[in-house]
Amino acid sequence: MELFKNTDYDFLGKKWPFIFASLVLSVAGLGSIALKGGLKYGIDFKGGALMTVKFASEPPLDKIRAAMSHSEIKGDVSVQNFTGATAQNEVEIGTELQEERQLNINRQAMESVLVNTFGQPGSGKLDFNNTSKEALADRLREPLARAGVPMAEQQLQKLTADLLDFANDRYSGLITDFGQLSSTPGVNPGIINTLRQECYLAPYHVIQTQMVGPKVGAELRTKAVLATLYALAGMLAYIAFRFEWIYGLGAVIACFHDTIITIGLFSLFNKEMSMTVIAALLTLVGYSMNDTIVIFDRIRENLKMNRREPLERVMNKAVNQTLSRTIMTSGLTFLTVIALFVWGGPVLHGFSFALVCGIIVGTYSSVFVASPIVLFWHNYADQRKRPSRPVLATAARTENVRKSPTRAVK
Amino acid sequence: MKTNLTARTVIIVATILVCVYGIIDFPTSLAQVKQNFQSNIRLGLDLRGGSHLILEVQVQDAVKADADQTMERMKEDLKKQNINWGTMDRTDPQDIKDADKVEIAVKGVTASEGSSFRALIADRYSTYILTQVNSTDYTMRIRPSELEALKVDTVKRAIDTIGNRIDQLGLAEKAVQQYGAAGANNEILVQLPGVDDPQRVQDLIGTAAVLEITDVKDGPFASRDAAIAQHGGVLPLGSKLVKMLPRGGAEGEQWYLVGKSPVITGREMRNARAGQDEYRKWETNFTLSQDGGKRFASYTERNIGNKLAVVLDDKIVSVATIQSKIEDSGRIMGLGSEEEAVDLSRYLRSGSLPAGVKYLEVRSIGPSLGADSIREGLQAGIAGLAAVIIVMLFYYKRSGVNAVLALILNTVVLLAAVSYFHAVLTLPGIAGVILTIGMAVDSNVLIFERIREELRTGKGVISAVDTGFNKAWWTIVDTHVTTIVSCAFLFLFGEGPVKGFAVTLVIGLGANMFTAVFVSKTIFDYELSGHRQLETLSI
Repeated sequence: MELFKNTDYDFLGKKWPFIFASLVLSVAGLGSIALKGGLKYGIDFKGGALMTVKFASEPPLDKIRAAMSHSEIKGDVSVQNFTGATAQNEVEIGTELQEERQLNINRQAMESVLVNTFGQPGSGKLDFNNTSKEALADRLREPLARAGVPMAEQQLQKLTADLLDFANDRYSGLITDFGQLSSTPGVNPGIINTLRQECYLAPYHVIQTQMVGPKVGAELRTKAVLATLYALAGMLAYIAFRFEWIYGLGAVIACFHDTIITIGLFSLFNKEMSMTVIAALLTLVGYSMNDTIVIFDRIRENLKMNRREPLERVMNKAVNQTLSRTIMTSGLTFLTVIALFVWGGPVLHGFSFALVCGIIVGTYSSVFVASPIVLFWHNYADQRKRPSRPVLATAARTENVRKSPTRAVK
Repeated sequence: MKTNLTARTVIIVATILVCVYGIIDFPTSLAQVKQNFQSNIRLGLDLRGGSHLILEVQVQDAVKADADQTMERMKEDLKKQNINWGTMDRTDPQDIKDADKVEIAVKGVTASEGSSFRALIADRYSTYILTQVNSTDYTMRIRPSELEALKVDTVKRAIDTIGNRIDQLGLAEKAVQQYGAAGANNEILVQLPGVDDPQRVQDLIGTAAVLEITDVKDGPFASRDAAIAQHGGVLPLGSKLVKMLPRGGAEGEQWYLVGKSPVITGREMRNARAGQDEYRKWETNFTLSQDGGKRFASYTERNIGNKLAVVLDDKIVSVATIQSKIEDSGRIMGLGSEEEAVDLSRYLRSGSLPAGVKYLEVRSIGPSLGADSIREGLQAGIAGLAAVIIVMLFYYKRSGVNAVLALILNTVVLLAAVSYFHAVLTLPGIAGVILTIGMAVDSNVLIFERIREELRTGKGVISAVDTGFNKAWWTIVDTHVTTIVSCAFLFLFGEGPVKGFAVTLVIGLGANMFTAVFVSKTIFDYELSGHRQLETLSI
């Protein structure tokens, strides 16, 4: 089966509507960032303390808010329902402050408020939904021996690890009845009974807690941006070496264009920028660059064969020749990313959103941003030379291209 | 041609074997396959849960402690040489940026003794720079080179101490290392896979923990006011009031009047642990550094019968009576319970942090989140990959099998490299894997489309395959090298996650050059080798 055989669309002739669309998208995105007073940064970049808590049932937001405001926590506490395709009954509790020590105190205070509000701190029992292997082992050692289920230390360690792993894998770390653990390997009714006596089940489970000092956050942000800029400069240098400098510039501008539009979309859709989103942006830069180079490579090859043809025709031909592979590759990558976006869970949500946007924008930017930049420059350079020596001007261009190695044709 | 093909097949099979061995070793059962896989392919904290902390060592504490000890020694030396002085004090900067602003001020040295004072400082305290303020007053500051050395040493010792304490958790893997670029860096990164209770870790590391053992001048008193009243409203020179840390029983407040300059500081505490004496009563044994031991010996010898207080962060955790001369190891006896002994030993040990620490970043990812992310990410990944494979097989038919084989082999090589390099697979790393797979698919698509183009021009199958590969080769090189160049920059200048992304991507792209071009071409050649006159190719 072949879908695009010998097509001959005039892509570059239709560049204006696309360039216009790109401009509109970029301006809308940048405008949204400016209006909202900057991007919405996640805790990674702005600093703060954040807890993700899963509740057994619909989280009582008001109760949480009230409890949090009655405590020694300084600054505003935000309590948000954190729902997604797979995240159910999850809540994010966070504070933002500019000082690390107080942030750390806040983090600790948030945990103890939860215990006091929803747990049974007075019961003397251990909360099975928020404990560690070691604490559980310490707790069960003697009672198990008394209950007539004595075990070697190693067995005990394995048992507690298995119990918690089981709860984590099957019930996302939150069980509502000890009976749910009965199919854990190595568990018998005696153990379940001991668990019932020694532990209780709080109606929540702390999934993660994070505290990032503002200093670290700012540092991470600067370093990520700098590393990306250096990487772009490195790519520009390599492409300039393999092709011509204007090709490098075109490719890098196209990547910039993709990144700006994607970041703009993040702002428009009010999504948070986090470290994983940065990884996604790096991925889309790599992807878009790959796409651009494939087309540039074909342009270079075609130029070698048809030196007399106008550049625009040569470019159009190259885009048409690579159209089938562009559709295939983009389509396939898009499939993977869509799967990630739909089923990938809340952790990957920002990441896959960036890639979904990035692949669409990255594919068309190779054709409608990178290529036109090269075309504009050459037309401009030709026009400057043409009045006096028109013939040499064309020659000069092909001369330039010939500078690049002829290895592509064997 | 034939031998060439055999050689290439041998290379490929050998690579596959080496890679598979790297991933699963030599398993003897199916359960072992899973187990070996999990131990060889290590997941990052974000995927398997664990704690991640960045702490800043408050090096100014160490500088202040050094100044305190210098002041003590100076006082003794000055007394020996009969040089009189008025007051001796130091500044107390709180911020880490002001570590170099710790300054000792010596006031009221009579002008006639000035030259012998200066000579003494120049002779015995060369690590400090002496500045004369006026005829009787002087300031002293630590030399920049000494300061640098002290900072480096402090951070190094903090890393050692924290590492030792974390060993108590008995973890298989842990990382305690200097964080950030080399040079003026006071940050330490602690990563503990599988420990999702940062409070436990923080308790273990000890928060600020400035430990001092000081002489008790008077006490206990029921309140601060009572203590001051006892001394006629003024505290004796060189002493301060410190509150006892309340213990379980409700005894009310206890205040002690203790010496301002400690006999021993946490810097000299080497180790401490709980134990039982011959009558099975709980005690805490401790060991001091050689230097500290000498000083402690001379002090305890002179002060038998007097009391000493263990002061942690300006709170007394224990008071004990000196019963005999103690050199570099001693014990604190008569403790009420095992808990008390264990706590005290922990306090003493935490005191051996050369400076306090401040938490810049604390993250704990519960294993349930890791389990959920893996499950969901894996489901999505498999769904995506399945879709890719189906479309490839449908669109390129028989040749699609090549692409799928190359894709699978690429993943195998990538995983093997992760295992052999002891790299850690994190979420951003998986982003790298996704881009790798995208580019691997692209390489195959590029080659196949090229072969189709050549076939359309009427070339024979074998020649079309050859030209297709050759023409696509340089495009593949260009795209891969560009990305590898960018990865080099990301690795050099990036931090943490960005680095993880770059590493997996480079490995994946290297693997792809091998699988998409070399392996795929070999499979084509193998299929075509028997049929010189092949008319059609399933592509």
